[in-house]
Amino acid sequence: MGQKIAEGGGFVSAPVYASVSGTVKVVEPRRVVTGDSIMSIVVENDGLYEDIGFYPIAPTDKLTKDEIIDCIKEAGIVGMGGAGFPTHVKLSPKEPESIEYCIANCAECEPYLTSDYRRMLEEPEKLIGGLKIILRLFDNAHGILAVEDNKPECLKLLKSLAKDEPRISVKALRTKYPQGAERQLIYATTGRKINSTMLPADVGCIVNNVDTIVAVYRAVSEGRPLMERIVTVTGDAVAKPRNFRVKVGTSYKTLVDEAGGFSVTPQKIICGGPMMGFGMFDLDVPVTKTSTALLAFRYDDVSAMESSPCINCGRCVEVCPGRIIPSKLSDYAERFQDEAFLANDGMECCECGCCSFICPAKRPLTQNIKSMRKIQLAKKKK
Amino acid sequence: MSELLKVSSNPHIRSKVTTNGIMMTVVLALLPMAGFGIYQFRTDALVLILCSVGTAVLTEFLFGLYTKKQTISDLSAVVTGLLLALNLPPGAPWWVAVLGSLFAILVVKLLFGGLGQNFMNPALAARCFLLISFPAIMTDFTYDAFTGATPLAALKAGEEVNVLDMVIGRTTGTIGETSMIAIVIGACILLLTGVIDLRIPGSYLISFLLFVILFGGHGMNPAYLSAQLAGGGLMLGAFFMATDYVTRPITVKGQYIYGIFLGIMTGIFRIFGSAAEGVSYAIILGNLLVPLIEKITKPKAFGKGGRR
Repeated sequence: MGQKIAEGGGFVSAPVYASVSGTVKVVEPRRVVTGDSIMSIVVENDGLYEDIGFYPIAPTDKLTKDEIIDCIKEAGIVGMGGAGFPTHVKLSPKEPESIEYCIANCAECEPYLTSDYRRMLEEPEKLIGGLKIILRLFDNAHGILAVEDNKPECLKLLKSLAKDEPRISVKALRTKYPQGAERQLIYATTGRKINSTMLPADVGCIVNNVDTIVAVYRAVSEGRPLMERIVTVTGDAVAKPRNFRVKVGTSYKTLVDEAGGFSVTPQKIICGGPMMGFGMFDLDVPVTKTSTALLAFRYDDVSAMESSPCINCGRCVEVCPGRIIPSKLSDYAERFQDEAFLANDGMECCECGCCSFICPAKRPLTQNIKSMRKIQLAKKKK
Repeated sequence: MSELLKVSSNPHIRSKVTTNGIMMTVVLALLPMAGFGIYQFRTDALVLILCSVGTAVLTEFLFGLYTKKQTISDLSAVVTGLLLALNLPPGAPWWVAVLGSLFAILVVKLLFGGLGQNFMNPALAARCFLLISFPAIMTDFTYDAFTGATPLAALKAGEEVNVLDMVIGRTTGTIGETSMIAIVIGACILLLTGVIDLRIPGSYLISFLLFVILFGGHGMNPAYLSAQLAGGGLMLGAFFMATDYVTRPITVKGQYIYGIFLGIMTGIFRIFGSAAEGVSYAIILGNLLVPLIEKITKPKAFGKGGRR
């Protein structure tokens, strides 16, 4: 356990560590959540969980900036909110001195998820410790713990822990979806706006998820690579909904069994949140570094509803965080009107799903726009 | 796992709001007016309402048989039929309601592509159609106890009107427009259930009021102003017809512009026009400008336009 079993190849990649002790059986394509087959390393678990021993390379305050980045890179840390972008790349912007805010994304990404919440309650000192390590990389930066206001006990706990930290403050945000999306979070905490073509660093911000920051802490001050994460298992078809500390590579089936199995046969199982997660057709796939949740619903809202004509009610416009007009973009997408789609900022869609959720005519707005965006991105690559 | 799971693209949850539910709420909100109309004008109002709603639903049903696509269950035909009836004078013969309703549903709505595709409010377009075709019937508001002119016509002729009567509904007018109390109850239902917001009614009424203060010739005279507000189809139009989803701008800024435009147009029609009333024409004209308004008020995408 804890042995490096795969090296990151490119610049935007990260190594993988064995999360159990045992023997590597085979390296073969295995199906993952999205339905794709991906080259996977199969380790037979000997059930002993013996680790190779973890030691920090030096006391944290003695490390140089480069050593910290190296440590994070070696530990295989990626963004654990769901996007999975390698953290060491994120923490190496072109001009580190221009970073003014390091934001800890403590706003849960989606409804139903409570994994960040558990992490904050159980290991708040590691969260603050991780943020302090990240702040060491950016001399001019101030750390902000951005927490939604529906978690008063987290706010209280973090505030008391951060009160002696001159460079860290806690900020309460309104609870709404998608508050945990990077663009919205930056706007909510600093009032700065970025669009789809910009990076947070362009407005002097770096955003990291709670779990990611805790992983940074463990990597730098304990020398532990990233091998586990917290996964929420919930939904009205799950017997005993709860959060689990899960070793990367564990099968989703095991998670369901641990949660008491299904109380009723679910119609739909989702990997991730209800707004942006994937619909699953098989439970026998592994948890990865970016798996946030497993949701099992007794009824599927989507297939039970038929879509009807748009009545132009404007609800999609009101909820769209990208401030675009989903109903029109969806129309352009359905008719493959590329130019109109691009001219009306179709590429600014963040695929949060709010428009499809709110639509009284139950039109697949997000889905249409998403497909068109994929087409446009593919065209750009050519 | 033996049972098959359903798989679809995200998002996987949907709100409980449906088109059907919205239409149902609108019908509910129109009922106080219909009820007061029936109380005031008895069977004449009831016959007109039934003819109008019945024709609307039947037309849509028959058209559905022809296109093999049934749409009456979305209740939008009921809303259109009811709205049209509320806009008819109580003394109108039954066939006027049938003809108007047929025109609204078949010509204005279905021939343009059905729900969501009509560029004019069907009920109002039909009212204007009837107003042009049968001006004598459509402007004759003489009814039993209520002889003489509508409050607005009286106001235009320079006579005194009783504002309290207008609030309660002891005046003559179309079936749905007489009682302010009934209209306000209906408007509150729509506002509280979130079906409409105050953007369009608010900007409409305020801009109209300002216009009347400036050009009405009575300055800030409260009796005159409240009579203008409560008279005719203004309240009915502002809350129930200008807010029609399909024919108002979808952009937030556009909705304010649209409301202000309606206010000014109504003011012009009422004060400088030959007829006492102008709400229907103002809204129809506004409907035609919607594509243009949406074009100039396209919202700026989040974060667009560079740094900070």
